Amino acid sequence: MGLKTAALKKSIWVFHVACSPCNNCDIEILDLLTPRFDIERFGIVLVGSPRHADALLITGVANRHVTPRLIETYRATSKPCVCFLFGACASGGTFFKGGYNVPKPVDEIILEEDPNAIIVYIPGCPPKPEAMIAGVVKALSVL
Amino acid sequence: MKKTTLPIGPFHPLLEEPEFFTLYLDGEIVKKVDLRIGYNHRGHEKLSTGLTWDQVPFLVERICGICSTSHPYAYVLAVEDLLGIKAPPRGQYIRALIGEMERIHSHLLWLGLAGHFIGYNTVWMWSWRYREEILDACEKLTGNRNHYAMCRVGGARRDITREAMDFTMGALDSNEKSTNMFLGVFADDPVLHKRLKGVGVLTKEDAIAYCATGPTSRPSGVPWDVRQDDPYDAYGPSLEAGAWKVIVTENGDVFDKAVVRVLEILESIKLCRWLIENMPDGEIDAGVGDIPPGEGVGHHEAPRGEVIHYIRSDGSNKPIRHKVRAPTFVNLPTYKATCPGHTIADVALITASIDPCYCCTERIGVVTRNRTSSVTQDDLVKLSVEKTREMEKRMGRKSGLVKF
Ligand code: SF4
Repeated sequence: MGLKTAALKKSIWVFHVACSPCNNCDIEILDLLTPRFDIERFGIVLVGSPRHADALLITGVANRHVTPRLIETYRATSKPCVCFLFGACASGGTFFKGGYNVPKPVDEIILEEDPNAIIVYIPGCPPKPEAMIAGVVKALSVL
Repeated sequence: MKKTTLPIGPFHPLLEEPEFFTLYLDGEIVKKVDLRIGYNHRGHEKLSTGLTWDQVPFLVERICGICSTSHPYAYVLAVEDLLGIKAPPRGQYIRALIGEMERIHSHLLWLGLAGHFIGYNTVWMWSWRYREEILDACEKLTGNRNHYAMCRVGGARRDITREAMDFTMGALDSNEKSTNMFLGVFADDPVLHKRLKGVGVLTKEDAIAYCATGPTSRPSGVPWDVRQDDPYDAYGPSLEAGAWKVIVTENGDVFDKAVVRVLEILESIKLCRWLIENMPDGEIDAGVGDIPPGEGVGHHEAPRGEVIHYIRSDGSNKPIRHKVRAPTFVNLPTYKATCPGHTIADVALITASIDPCYCCTERIGVVTRNRTSSVTQDDLVKLSVEKTREMEKRMGRKSGLVKF
């Protein structure tokens, strides 16, 4: 484990990228900040710019309009970074796979941009907040 | 004076959905607001024509995660309208109960976000904390915190247990207390009065002119509510029994919009209690078979206003046309009447005060190289005519519209 990865794992700061979600995954992410789950106690903070972020929380399928913006956001994030794909939409596409406005799965878009990207899938529609926390912890423990 | 342009979005910490605002400023005063959407369009209407009648509710509930019962509800009402049937009473009551639980958690969610927008994060944290109780009850009733999948053509998909109903009663009781506390906060807190009163007034005339619906129009004195104007399912009997009433206020500012929502939570709690107490026994599903050719329209009062679904059948196992009109589509343009003349901080609040849901609204996406292009109604008609001509050529027809 390099120094950079070791540093990455401490108090990860996250930036929320909503690419054509149904809103539900996003609301559950915001839910994580509120008193019942309160992920700030683990040092996880939602930040306002991808340049400050250690991880991207990506929800939803990326449609044609949002794909270039997603790539730009990924480029702007300081590396190394972790991409968490929240929900069934981001992980696999569910119903929207093959839709006329959904050209590619999110993971393919990111891997095309950066073949070494670290991608973590958290399935569920929406994943329960407990599952989200468990996914993040699991990912950090194997990095 | 020099004009400034302020871009906000598409990924912005204040917006949980992707959208893009351009504010045209004169000093700190907003002169004009321009909104670009399209980041959320996934092509539901087209996708739903590739699914069977029974699969479509699962797709349409993923139009929006917050009002995730409203879309399937309106859809099943549309298909039932086509068939000319009604769901069995227990099925009707279950659907209405889930619809009302959703209204409670959606309004609490908005209340929290509104608090967040004015920098009053205590309101945000508290209201979302109390929302968790309702979500727990929803999980007990349906098996999931959101996306309940309880609507089915001809009734409800699953029955609910007595134990879950008792649990829900407990959650409603404790939620009523906290909602009353919020009402007290709105009555007393000088910060909220200063910050929300007289901001973003939507007059009654404007509300009618823009066809605003739901908690956007009711604070302006327009008493439109589908549950009252065209009672469907269990809403008719509950209205006759006086279990709830429509909340209307007169001022139309953001303060009234918040108060209307808090009072609606209380009404919904009463209605939920009534539904559980009067829950009839019996079948939950009418057992619908084939869908004959025809068309149907269904509408439901979603937490944000009236949602309309239109479907057309040619007798096969899939809809051949499915049209969705979400409440935000009509509520959104009201920002043209309410935003100009306010400061940036207020405009963020005013656009949030209609509880916009862009996932619901986006039914069309335009992809061009030129990112600033916009599509007018004439362009759309032209595109549509071109497409029809092309299809006619492919199908070997000579002229006229393609007949379904
Ligand atoms: S995974 Fe489910 S909840 Fe999440 S954005 Fe997709 S449809 Fe919505």
